[in-house]
Amino acid sequence: MAEIRIENLTKSFADFAAVKDVSFTIGEGDFFCLLGPSGCGKTTTLRMIAGLELPTSGRILLDGEDVTFNRAAARDIAFVFQLFALYPHMNVRANIGFPLKCAGLPRHEIAARVQEAARILRIEHILDRSVSRLPGGDRQRVALGRAIVRQPKAFLMDEPLGALDAEFRHLMCSELRMLHDRLRATTVYVTHDQLEAMSMASVIAVMNQGRIEQLGAPQEIYDRPASLFVADFIGSPPMNFLGFRGGLARGADRIEVDGALIAVPRLVEDLAPSELVLGVRPEHVRFSDASSIRGEVFGAEYLGTTQIVTVTTGLGRLKARLPSSITVRTGEQVGLAFQPEKLSLFEKASGRVIRSALHEAAHG
Amino acid sequence: MAEIVLNGVTKAFGPAKAVDALSLVIGDGEFVVLLGPTGAGKTTTLRLIAGLEDPDSGHIAIAGRDVTREPPAARDVAFVFQQYSLYPHLSVFDNLAFPLRAPGRGFDRAGIEARVREVAGLLRIGDKLANRATHLSGGQMQRVAIGRALVREPALFLMDEPLSSLDAKLRSDLRIELKHIQEDLGATILYVTHDNIEAMTLANRIGVLNAGRLEQVGTPREVYESPVNAYVAARLGSPGINLLPRNLFADFPAPAQTATIGARTEHLRIRKTTNGGASGTATWIEHLGDQNHVHVTLGAEKLVSLAEPEAGIEAGDRVAVDLINPLFFDKQGARLTV
Repeated sequence: MAEIRIENLTKSFADFAAVKDVSFTIGEGDFFCLLGPSGCGKTTTLRMIAGLELPTSGRILLDGEDVTFNRAAARDIAFVFQLFALYPHMNVRANIGFPLKCAGLPRHEIAARVQEAARILRIEHILDRSVSRLPGGDRQRVALGRAIVRQPKAFLMDEPLGALDAEFRHLMCSELRMLHDRLRATTVYVTHDQLEAMSMASVIAVMNQGRIEQLGAPQEIYDRPASLFVADFIGSPPMNFLGFRGGLARGADRIEVDGALIAVPRLVEDLAPSELVLGVRPEHVRFSDASSIRGEVFGAEYLGTTQIVTVTTGLGRLKARLPSSITVRTGEQVGLAFQPEKLSLFEKASGRVIRSALHEAAHG
Repeated sequence: MAEIVLNGVTKAFGPAKAVDALSLVIGDGEFVVLLGPTGAGKTTTLRLIAGLEDPDSGHIAIAGRDVTREPPAARDVAFVFQQYSLYPHLSVFDNLAFPLRAPGRGFDRAGIEARVREVAGLLRIGDKLANRATHLSGGQMQRVAIGRALVREPALFLMDEPLSSLDAKLRSDLRIELKHIQEDLGATILYVTHDNIEAMTLANRIGVLNAGRLEQVGTPREVYESPVNAYVAARLGSPGINLLPRNLFADFPAPAQTATIGARTEHLRIRKTTNGGASGTATWIEHLGDQNHVHVTLGAEKLVSLAEPEAGIEAGDRVAVDLINPLFFDKQGARLTV
């Protein structure tokens, strides 16, 4: 298994730059997610790693070897597209063994490797079945088997679960993650679904307009988003944003938003008066009669264990995640309080996060 | 607006029954969601009510009138599809006005104008009326598609996963707006989805479909808290319910026929233990941001629960698992009450 290093990678199509000077390293055994909206450059980046696109500039190193201009077949990487692409006229065994047959491996070697892949995926009992009558989950496993059997240095996956039902997608997420834990194979996984990335990745790179906005462990990105874009993209329902205007002084631990004083993590930089944004995750909002942030309940969405309550305030609509045991009526007047140590502040114009004790704690 | 009655509606395609003796009453002004996986018969049910399919047996009544053999146009229902099908060469205004201009609707120019503006305002696309329909974002296009159903004020709205082609954020915004519009208009809606969160947040009542059969109908809270069987229990909640063999908790008192114990997060207490009393091992903490799931191996079984931050459980920890008022199911999966 391999380390993949990306250095100053750029890809332009005519006058459009899909990927702009991107550098990062995927550690050996990482489950690395490229996450972002459509058009952010994540698939183009993956295709360059696979050798399906050639970069305009920059380098790609696989275990220290420069493979930037190697052909795809010479890279020892397995690419998993939509997992359902199987050969319908072949049985499971032949489907899994196909890449090895193409590579001209001896028959006994193929048989042994197919058996091993089937054991890892727990599909030994269906090896002689036709793929056309398999249930969805087993088809996915067969497609994975075809990637595993090559014993590649890395797996590249492009939205492999995109076409599935929500329920089944969740199941396949945990299977993929468990498979990764067994094989410890370096995996690069492209998705626009933040929940998929959060649940599987060891490292996430959030991409936006051809650049990496933030790279880090899922919880790190969730707790300490580096920009408004990341804060908005990660989390469901997404972070609440409250716009306000003000200057900030290093050492301050409260801000004034629309006449209300709100405690925030102690700031570690000064900022001249400008348009700012306070970011609050829904689970860090609670009802408080004493709070001067008032609003009217717009609706409550019951989710079983928790509920999402939407409140219309003078600063816009805010969503709060509260226990379902709290009774909420539409139209009710409520006060809202925020959990101070979890709040983020951003510069509106640049989208950059303003540094505070929230970030100091991460390195302390 | 009107009451809809389905009575023993059955539809087979070849040997497979897509809809099997379905009976359901949708009250005037009610928002009913049919929940089920692909192939459960959701879309076929909608198509039967719309008149796009004929049932093999059973009756469909809208506002007290049997419409089983009536053509689609005579049924006064509006259908919103998963893929917004707008007229690309028309403006948003003309797309919305289109159903009103159909022959026999009897709207004059001023009436159409007023109705379109009212609906556009409701859907917050009032400033987009002059745009070409194709020059809109996905969320706006789906609003126009919903708007085109709304302008007609039909007796019943049929919606086939109308939000599923939108991204997560838009979906959650439109969800709560759709609910508000429905309440404001007093509209009767039958909505189908495979997304349990949509079902729970939108519905007055949820009907859970399984292989063409209606397993249970009830309010989201009823279906979540008191499922009639294990199939229904497994459809709702995140993380999903853990269905565990009864003998895994041999000491726990349960009804005699219990074969399976159903435990949701709120039925489980998971504690870290250093001394004895541990029954399982935490294998993985899944960080989903707003909530973290703890995966526990218990003998040969696995279970998933919400991890409470204050419990401080980490991967590899030995844990004790206690049950608090769980659900009980017999060998066939039917719910047993205590």
